[in-house]
Amino acid sequence: MINVLHRLGDSSLGFVEQAGRLLLFLLRAIASAARPPYRWQALLRQVHFIGARSALVILVAGFFTGMVLSLQFYDTLVRFGSVSLLGSAVALAMIRELAPVLTALVVIGRAGSAICSEIGIMRSQEQIDALECMAVDPYRYLLAPKLVAGVISVPLLTSLFIMIGIVGGWFVGVVLFGVSEAAFFQGMYETVTLHDIRMGFTKSLIFGLLVVWITSAKGFFLHLERYGAHGAEGVSRVTTDAVVIASISVLCADYLISAIML
Amino acid sequence: MNRLTIETYVGLFVVAGLAGMFFLATKMGNVGVFEPETYSVSARFTSVSGLKEGGVVELAGVRVGKVQKIVLDPAAYEAVVHLSLNKNVELQEDSVASIRTAGIIGDRYVKLSPGGSDLILEEGDEIIETESAISIEELVSKYIFEGDKE
Repeated sequence: MINVLHRLGDSSLGFVEQAGRLLLFLLRAIASAARPPYRWQALLRQVHFIGARSALVILVAGFFTGMVLSLQFYDTLVRFGSVSLLGSAVALAMIRELAPVLTALVVIGRAGSAICSEIGIMRSQEQIDALECMAVDPYRYLLAPKLVAGVISVPLLTSLFIMIGIVGGWFVGVVLFGVSEAAFFQGMYETVTLHDIRMGFTKSLIFGLLVVWITSAKGFFLHLERYGAHGAEGVSRVTTDAVVIASISVLCADYLISAIML
Repeated sequence: MNRLTIETYVGLFVVAGLAGMFFLATKMGNVGVFEPETYSVSARFTSVSGLKEGGVVELAGVRVGKVQKIVLDPAAYEAVVHLSLNKNVELQEDSVASIRTAGIIGDRYVKLSPGGSDLILEEGDEIIETESAISIEELVSKYIFEGDKE
């Protein structure tokens, strides 16, 4: 009995500790990103890594998402005889939900895991300690460019996802199923409002921050993990954790933002 | 050479992303970048049920403006609708504004019908002649209960 209580308390403390650590990490990273001098070259490299090199994956994922969405909506709408709503349905679903969430998930898988293991290995090989010894602030040197690059790249990727998704939807709806092109696009232009677009991009901004924040913090605090072994095993465990936690928090945040903004 | 390609890729990526955002905001979000100049007039209705801000204003079936703001006049228990109309559309002072529905379950919109007066409405003027929103449920219940009385 005492043993059960002990374990419960232990894991609660661990949770609170980790939450506090992550929050302080975020505040410090933002503070060092906001202070000049800015490191444009590093930022450029990170935008290239997180953003530009994810673009191809995003384009493929977005195209197929748009296609399958159009297919499913067509099949549903045709039963009610309102196929003319296809364009609106595809665009709204894309802009408000699917594009921000799927983009964030793809970025977690492609860039987030890499960020986490990169920083984790640096921590495990004491490279970060070496930086501190040389009076180089690792927050400013390593983390701030990644965080800013995430916030810049994810909304841009989301916009690519939406555009290519609409093209995919158009391909299935108009080219394959012969829905009127005018109905598809006019319906879309008239139904989608600025509020929908604002909602999609608010989501993607927050997701961009969330993804880089959680994955880099998990790697950065590798040595403080409760059951953490340093070295290969520790890095692999912490990367798995980071991907899981980041994905779950993107999905939770998605619901919260929708509930607040609708 | 290697650094140049990174920069080119990033530049391409940023331009493509921003172009997408720009397209979304202007074409779908109707942010006024290419919008013509407008002037605003108001109109009073006893009911605007279902009409939304940002709704379409049509004249002869052509889109000529949008619903800017809907407020309640607490003294008269009437809704005051502010419409922003394209500058090139001139409306006579006795024009009629009516609230219609596109299709059976479609959006509510404001339909303008031209009048015959010589006076042209200007910025801030009010359209006097209006027809309010017709509620199908009210119409149906009216017929049912009238039938009962007879």
